[in-house]
Amino acid sequence: MDPMASIKQTFFQECEEQLVELESGLLKIEDGECDAETVNAVFRAVHSIKGGAGAFGFDQLVEFVHVFETTLDLLRSNKLTATPSLTKTLLRASDVLSDLVRAAREDTVADAHAARTIAAELSALHGDAAAGAHEEEESLESLEFQPVAISLDSIFDLSGDDEPPATQDFIIRFRPGPGLYAKANETVRLLRELAQLGEAIVECDTHDIPLLSELDPEGAYLSWTIRLRTSEPEARVREIFEFVEWDCELDISVADVGKLLEALQEALEPGDAPVCIAAAASPPRIEAEAPVVPAPAAAADDERGHPSPAKPEAQRGDGAAAAQTTIRVDLDRVDRLINLVGELVINQAMLSQRVSEAGLSRASSVAIGLDELEQLTRDIQDSVMAIRAQPVKPVFQRMSRTVREVAAMTGKSVRLVMDGEGTEVDKTVIERLTDPLTHMIRNAVDHGIERPEDRVAAGKPEEGSLRLSATHRSGRIVIEVADDGAGINRARVRQIAIDKGLIPAEANLTDEEIDNLIFLPGFSTASTVSNISGRGVGMDVVKRAIQALGGRMSISSVPGRGSTFSMSLPLTLAVLDGMVVTVGGQTLVVPLTAIIETLQPKKESVHELGNGARVIASRAAFTPLIDVGMVLMYRDEPIDPTSQVALLVESESGAKCALLVDAIQGQRQVVIKSLETNYGHVHGIAAATILGDGRVALILDVDAIVARPRADMIAADAMSMAAE
Amino acid sequence: MSKTILTVDDSRTMREMLLLALSDAGFSVVQAEDGVHGLEVLETETPDVIVTDINMPRMDGFGFIEGVRRHEKHRAVPILVLTTESDGDKKDRARRAGATGWIVKPFNPVKLVDAIRRVAV
Repeated sequence: MDPMASIKQTFFQECEEQLVELESGLLKIEDGECDAETVNAVFRAVHSIKGGAGAFGFDQLVEFVHVFETTLDLLRSNKLTATPSLTKTLLRASDVLSDLVRAAREDTVADAHAARTIAAELSALHGDAAAGAHEEEESLESLEFQPVAISLDSIFDLSGDDEPPATQDFIIRFRPGPGLYAKANETVRLLRELAQLGEAIVECDTHDIPLLSELDPEGAYLSWTIRLRTSEPEARVREIFEFVEWDCELDISVADVGKLLEALQEALEPGDAPVCIAAAASPPRIEAEAPVVPAPAAAADDERGHPSPAKPEAQRGDGAAAAQTTIRVDLDRVDRLINLVGELVINQAMLSQRVSEAGLSRASSVAIGLDELEQLTRDIQDSVMAIRAQPVKPVFQRMSRTVREVAAMTGKSVRLVMDGEGTEVDKTVIERLTDPLTHMIRNAVDHGIERPEDRVAAGKPEEGSLRLSATHRSGRIVIEVADDGAGINRARVRQIAIDKGLIPAEANLTDEEIDNLIFLPGFSTASTVSNISGRGVGMDVVKRAIQALGGRMSISSVPGRGSTFSMSLPLTLAVLDGMVVTVGGQTLVVPLTAIIETLQPKKESVHELGNGARVIASRAAFTPLIDVGMVLMYRDEPIDPTSQVALLVESESGAKCALLVDAIQGQRQVVIKSLETNYGHVHGIAAATILGDGRVALILDVDAIVARPRADMIAADAMSMAAE
Repeated sequence: MSKTILTVDDSRTMREMLLLALSDAGFSVVQAEDGVHGLEVLETETPDVIVTDINMPRMDGFGFIEGVRRHEKHRAVPILVLTTESDGDKKDRARRAGATGWIVKPFNPVKLVDAIRRVAV
């Protein structure tokens, strides 16, 4: 890859990290933690973005960041106070900044108006802070800071387009102080550099060198007088002393002779530009009269200082010498490794099976060795999965912006509290979590939390609280969105469901079932489709997205106290704990997470409903029975359910269903192989896997199989009412 | 033997840019992420020039420069600071801390290499 493109990529990655830092810092400040370290971290984040943005010539970004940085600098130097309104402005500025970064990355144009508005607000603050109000309204265009785009190609471009040279003689008197050497500057280097400008005659004054007994090795005793004949301007000569001018006595004057000469030349050849004075181009020569007294700390390096053009065979590898606590690895490589480990797991399972088929005793050395291999394989698998694991923090951080935006749009005051941001989960899970989570957060602010006046009337603090948390629980990650709002209005939810024909008017539903109605497709409690929660999708889409990740959603709500949406997700998408079953002679895998319990259907518990539908009675409830063999068309006629096994699974709508399979073979961790990339999409099948004996087994898509008309369930309810 | 440059900068982008520009110019590069890390690296590395950022977490450029100047072995290493804009105040502080010179960001690779040669050759 082009090195600059790769650095640009790094820049954008770093921007993302800095934006997270920025936002979390600003949120801390909002919480009143306005200590120096936090402010400094926030400043640094913006500062760092500016550095890279300038180098890549993202002008729009740089202009904005510059204003932003100035504000933060004032905050840092206590010229501004972090009032709530300032913090809000800064948070909005960070949102704009994140948009600008995205625009730069995607090479699109960001909302210039928003940037301008915030920049103007920030600039107005600068005016107040800087006592001299001379720079009243610093408009974006008139910023003095000019970014300079660079290109590494320019390293080769040393051609100057100079004006015709006219030589002058400079007399330079230079007397270094001890500070000059202490800072690792060197007279000899300055002299060499001067010599490169033209012809230099150097005299060294050694009169001040004391007797050896009195000589301070770190002292400075020499002074120089240099007569330099050059076509370069005085500024160029002074530039050489740029780094040392505080630590020396320096006097640069133009020798009269030079001036005279120049005047003479002008008089002789008016307007004729290219007068060439031979000395200008002649090789430089140093005439140092005194042997150089070893300046302190002199690295007596006599390598001649001609800037050689770049050496292409640069050894970039040397750069890695510094100790690093992290390494950056291409995701493809990790995925390849995960794939290989998956193959290893399958192979190991096959080997185990062969060995047990061969009738070797469990105590045989081969079997013991295999046990160890199995343990190792599992460990390797866990370690490899851990490579892909990342903290949920970036996704959580993004939610704070959503909360701010929705709160502003709905006129609510909401505070987001985050917990367990460090909890880790597979990268893919994280990536696919953003959309559903955003939607849930929007919903919670829009529907969950009441307006400030209603909250006060209900005796609650005016500011609503939204809690976003993540924890690891029994091999899964559980993410909860809890609000302290009014809770689900069950009467209203029920009425809407009836109005929309989702449930019959006489349906007798538990609180839990009513709460779960909001997950039904087409359900939306908003009287008008607001542009916040609305967007044409409901909680059903959220739930489906979570389920697609192998996750489950649940809801709990207390009227007047708030609601909690919780989702539990697998830590990885690459392996699955499955129940291996037989259906119609085929081996299938049912995700264990979907299974609640297994039942042995008895004749008296199975009821026909006509039209071929059947239900099974279990725990005083009737559950629809679905014959997997029929759904997958392994057979045309249902067989006697009492010869089968029923797996009680939870369906998409939260109700339970019983899947009929012929037999259970056992439980096993299986490596998921995509069916779609290898074959094509098959209804009712989520993926495939390879079993220990080398056979391919299909993994059931429980939700697709169970996704049946709601009527079935209601019918089951009606039956259960009848039974009571 | 090529000269070794130690770059100290908390920004990965900047570190990579410096690495590219410096290695293209034939220097060997060692990197550190902040002042503390920089001083750690100096325990094992002997750079010919140090290029450091100012604003960094844990230990900023000023503290780092002072640390180097107090270092038994490395006190005489030329140190160039990276400053954004021509911030006189920062330059001044860096100079007082013992910086040899400075480079203004966004740096131009030619100027960068030029500045290094000025203090190291």
